[in-house]
Amino acid sequence: MQAINLTYQVGSKKLLQNVALTARPGELIAVVGANGAGKSTLLKLLSGDLRASAGEVLFEDKSLAAWPPAALARRRAVLAQQHTLALAFQVRELVLLGRYPHFGGQPTAHDWAVVAAALDLVDLGHLAEREYPTLSGGEQQRAQLARVLAQVWEAEGGFLLLDEPLTGLDLRHQHQTLAVVRQLTRRGFGVVAVLHDLNLAAQYANQVLLLHRGRAVASGPPAQVFTPEYIHLAFGIEVDLLTHPSLGYPLIVPTVSTL
Amino acid sequence: MPAIAEKPIATLTPAALPTRERRARMLLVALTVLLVVAMLIGAGAGALRVPVASVLGVLLHKLGLSTSLAFEPQQEAVIWAIRLPRVLLAVLVGAALGLAGAAMQGLFRNPLADPSLLGISAGASLAAVAVIVLEEKLLKMVSALPGAGGAGAYVLPLAAFAGACVATVFVYRVSRRSGRVLVSTMLLVGIATNGLAGAITGLFTYAATDAQLRSITFWGLGSLGGATWPTIATLVPFLVLPLLLLPRLGKALNLLALGEEQAAHLGLPVARIKWQVIGLTTLAVGASVAMVGTIGFLGFLVPHVLRLLGGPDHRFVLAASALGGALVLLLADTLARTAVAPAELPIGILTALLGAPVFLWIVMRNATKMS
Repeated sequence: MQAINLTYQVGSKKLLQNVALTARPGELIAVVGANGAGKSTLLKLLSGDLRASAGEVLFEDKSLAAWPPAALARRRAVLAQQHTLALAFQVRELVLLGRYPHFGGQPTAHDWAVVAAALDLVDLGHLAEREYPTLSGGEQQRAQLARVLAQVWEAEGGFLLLDEPLTGLDLRHQHQTLAVVRQLTRRGFGVVAVLHDLNLAAQYANQVLLLHRGRAVASGPPAQVFTPEYIHLAFGIEVDLLTHPSLGYPLIVPTVSTL
Repeated sequence: MPAIAEKPIATLTPAALPTRERRARMLLVALTVLLVVAMLIGAGAGALRVPVASVLGVLLHKLGLSTSLAFEPQQEAVIWAIRLPRVLLAVLVGAALGLAGAAMQGLFRNPLADPSLLGISAGASLAAVAVIVLEEKLLKMVSALPGAGGAGAYVLPLAAFAGACVATVFVYRVSRRSGRVLVSTMLLVGIATNGLAGAITGLFTYAATDAQLRSITFWGLGSLGGATWPTIATLVPFLVLPLLLLPRLGKALNLLALGEEQAAHLGLPVARIKWQVIGLTTLAVGASVAMVGTIGFLGFLVPHVLRLLGGPDHRFVLAASALGGALVLLLADTLARTAVAPAELPIGILTALLGAPVFLWIVMRNATKMS
């Protein structure tokens, strides 16, 4: 998937300016930046929710708008930042929605098996019969993730767009979610995810795109992007950069006294 | 932590059908059986009481099957000419209203949505009342047209249907902004349209004579009393498409529960689906209201009750609402024409009288569940 010089403006206000991004199969790209930097806007342009004022989004070298919706849905899934569910579906019924692009009238045994496997993957197998509105916030987030995973479960060269997939998740499930993403990228998936925790981004992402006021200020491998200078520019906070003693990736620690 | 399959999962244990799906299927079967029984009983009930066995005998005889089920010629005449058209009209209109209600609630992602909310019924009422009040002048114009001799009887239903369509198109066009129809805007525009149509209807009512007022009142309360075979033949072409196509939109309406953007990411052509649901619903409700007047609470209540019984999956709710709507309207009509025989209760009164308390009960029950 490729984004070419995306600009998005509302009135005279440019929410995103000339942002380019190339997401390759097998890579997790973390989009990071302060609140209002344009992360969600970028993801909405990539997903097709918004149309770019200038620039273009290509999926497999074909304009996103030219893809038939059904064919795109079997290859690419999108996890939104906010979820609404108007009906009191059971958790398994919600996850089954992810299989809708794959079956015509009635779900097959294969579809139900994928639903069960996706639920196990996010540790929700035991809540399959519960009604979605009765789940906690973090559980709802994981149920939605399971729906998205079920959608592209067997896709070859599938693609995921995740807007803050870790919101509301506890420590264990934050890591578990990113571990699932890593397994998917090893299988050849491309993933673009908006992340807030820079340390998690540093640990799991192959590429990082740092946004600041609608512009890309840095992009590349985590070690190149996560420098005290860039982080200060983007977040207005002084940080120290340590190296994880055993795993070797950068650890970003704010020097609190500057606040 | 369970590992995600490195390759697409291959080992598949055939999953048993979840309990909710099983229950939904059993409910559909039960509703079908109940509807058939209610039709047989409904066809037998009335001033001339016909036993169910004889009703069956007449029906099978008409289908060209000879049975040992005995019936008298008088029974045959009553069932064929009077009862059967009426039962079929109740079933058709009930199915259309139940289905339309379920589809609207799904489209608007709001359990309070109802075909009347979009101005469909208000538009039909306005047109019908206008025709009643302007009757004489209009009828003269129509019968002055060459070859329109017998068209007089169809002026009212045709006008009501046209009114429903005009109101829907109006709401749809006004809610459109740069090619997109926002469902929430549409709801508000629908409320405004209802108010406007209601006010103009009020003006016509104000100008009406006493005799016209009486027809307006009866039209507004609804009645299946006009059921004949020609009525059925007129109605069926309008209802064929909605009754066949709306139940197939279950998957689409389930996806819409996630919101329009997420539904689009799951491959749903959202704009086309919206247009389809609104078009088919207008067809169903417009034609029904045109034939029998306004019947309140049915399209709104039936899907509600069925969701409580069988879960919110639209693949179930749509089909069940068609069956349930048909069942409820048929029972209500049978009651309406037998309770105060030889007079007849307007059916709109009966559905509201029964529907409102049931709805209140649901609301109170949910309120208790919430707290």
